[in-house]
Amino acid sequence: MTRTDGGAPAPVPWLTQEDYPVETYRIVDPDGSYDPAAVPDLSDDQLVDLYRWMRVEQRFAERMVNLQRRGEMGTIGSGRGHEASIVGSGYALEDDDWLLGMGREITAMFIQGVRMRDMILYWRGIEDASKYLAQHNCMIGISIGGHLPVVTGVAWGMDLTDTDAVTMAHFGDGATSTGASHEGMNFAGVLDAPAIFYCQNNQWAISVPFEKQTNARTLAQRALGYGLPGVRVDGNDVLAVYEAVRQARERARSGQPVLVEALTYRVDAHTTSDDPSSYREDEEVEEWRELDPIERYRGFLEAEGLWSDVDDDAIVDEIDAEFDAALEEANAFEHREAGALFEYVYEELPPRLAEQLDDLETLLEERPEFYDHVEQRPKG
Amino acid sequence: MADNNLTIVEAVNDALHVGMGADDRVVVFGEDVAESGGVFRATDDLKNTFGADRVVDTPISEIGIAGAAVGLGVFGLRPVAEIQFSGFLPIAFDQLVSQAARMRWRTRGEWTAPLVVRTPYGAGVRALEHHEESMEGAYAHVAGLKVVIPSTPHDTKGLLLSAIRDPDPVLFMEPKHVYRSFRGEVPEGDYTVPIGEAAVRREGEALTVVAWGSMVEKAETAIEELGVDAELVDLRTISPMDTRTVVESVKKTGRAVVVHEAHRTGGWGGEIVATINDEALMYLEAPVERVTGFDVPVPLLSMEDYYLPNPVRIAAGIERVLKY
Repeated sequence: MTRTDGGAPAPVPWLTQEDYPVETYRIVDPDGSYDPAAVPDLSDDQLVDLYRWMRVEQRFAERMVNLQRRGEMGTIGSGRGHEASIVGSGYALEDDDWLLGMGREITAMFIQGVRMRDMILYWRGIEDASKYLAQHNCMIGISIGGHLPVVTGVAWGMDLTDTDAVTMAHFGDGATSTGASHEGMNFAGVLDAPAIFYCQNNQWAISVPFEKQTNARTLAQRALGYGLPGVRVDGNDVLAVYEAVRQARERARSGQPVLVEALTYRVDAHTTSDDPSSYREDEEVEEWRELDPIERYRGFLEAEGLWSDVDDDAIVDEIDAEFDAALEEANAFEHREAGALFEYVYEELPPRLAEQLDDLETLLEERPEFYDHVEQRPKG
Repeated sequence: MADNNLTIVEAVNDALHVGMGADDRVVVFGEDVAESGGVFRATDDLKNTFGADRVVDTPISEIGIAGAAVGLGVFGLRPVAEIQFSGFLPIAFDQLVSQAARMRWRTRGEWTAPLVVRTPYGAGVRALEHHEESMEGAYAHVAGLKVVIPSTPHDTKGLLLSAIRDPDPVLFMEPKHVYRSFRGEVPEGDYTVPIGEAAVRREGEALTVVAWGSMVEKAETAIEELGVDAELVDLRTISPMDTRTVVESVKKTGRAVVVHEAHRTGGWGGEIVATINDEALMYLEAPVERVTGFDVPVPLLSMEDYYLPNPVRIAAGIERVLKY
């Protein structure tokens, strides 16, 4: 045989994403049916607790958006539609775990012990809030995707110090397009760091839909490229999310960082500064409203015979009362003087900064008209 | 030609329409620029007018946005990329420093990277963390990169059109605090304002005030409230700086105040003071004063008014220089 009669060259064994179908892990179907054997090992009280937390997420978002509309809150992103994804992921964490998020996982932080007052302070742009979050091993990182390498580092530290905990990153579909996210996940794989990369794929990054965010059909499949286990879970199925993250936690503790993609939908605007009517159809939003995670879970509780014990109105009243008390506390939060700007820049205030503070305080004293230009916003 | 009465952000939009209409090599891209018209509506209606091939929504990929602009520029197109907030610009910094600014130099002129990166900068709009920075001094530090900051609707349009046609990479920082604060006359159609030329906003003999972006309006307020005979120089281009206009003004007045909202240390004010010392030291009757942001992270929305230079701080600086 000569080289010229060979005909077609040998086929190149291309890898394509079509070769790797990604299943969606789900326990309770949208129509309410489920296999009782697949239900996570949770007590009746815990099952009801999951419902209560989802109501917290929903109600907190509503109250915060209302406050923003009245000028009593900064820009806020609602988690409407994400209740199962947020609560299921948070509920699977243990007390000593760390949670570094992006702002749309508020109730997961409440479950870690963060107080409602401090979340209100955060969205009012009061720096002290992040201090209180940190006291519960939580952080909100607004720079999209930028916290993923930090998550890897914290998890690495847990490994180096034999700390029995994991670090979870919460981020959105848009964040997976950042270089930082790729570096963070790949590096975690190299380090065998106990990290959970939990992506809420709500299918919209402000105005950019998922299919324009990436050519990948799922985000879970990215895990293969990093050499990590990955899964796509129905993010509107709180039990599936819980079980996926619970198992992810076990894997992470055994030195296997995990990527979990929770497929959900951003029912509300990106934030209170956004108007989605300019870029997406109402029909799509309505379709996803039909898939409401709280409704689905209510059906599950009914099927389990647990719903009759739930006093839904009382739950909401209790959440509202908690919110009212938290808001009152937030309104009463100590007035801060200009000097607060200079705190925590360094452990010790360098002389040059001390001079700047001194100049500012002198000026405020000599020229009180300075305060005409200061509005400590938003007012409570 | 007739004039329009536009805000700064409307002038950006107008310039992009004119620039894209005049040159089909111009491509606009960035996060949320196409379908929604941008989070500040700066790119409104561009996609409808020029089509989805030339107005493109990108993934959340600042490195990709800046780097692709370099590649497009090298290949002969005229990219105008948007970084949604200047607080996200540090992510793209490496592409600007290591690729954009060095392409002409690296290939000895064989390849160039004509590109514009537009970004709204500055505090005062009650935004979240990382949405309020002004780091023009850091970008001006990069050899091979031009840094432009307009302060009026007229200059915004003319400078952006110059930037689109500039043979070198231009970082175009837009003062979002005054995006919609006031309107100004903007000529219809095509015109340019040259990069590298400062503007004397008002002439005076008592002292020189140098400012740019959203600080120009505040400096004007301070000057008016004090009733001093100040000369106000709007730098307009941070780099390459029009040192001649600054130095000539200071030689005339003998006193100067530089105002910027960026941090004091390493801020562009230091470069301006050094330049004045280099070229007009013997004309000075007082040390040059800087009124700047403090050397602290830009605070969150509740305290940002303490950080930003305001007319009271600027007036105090002016008085110190006058009384010296």
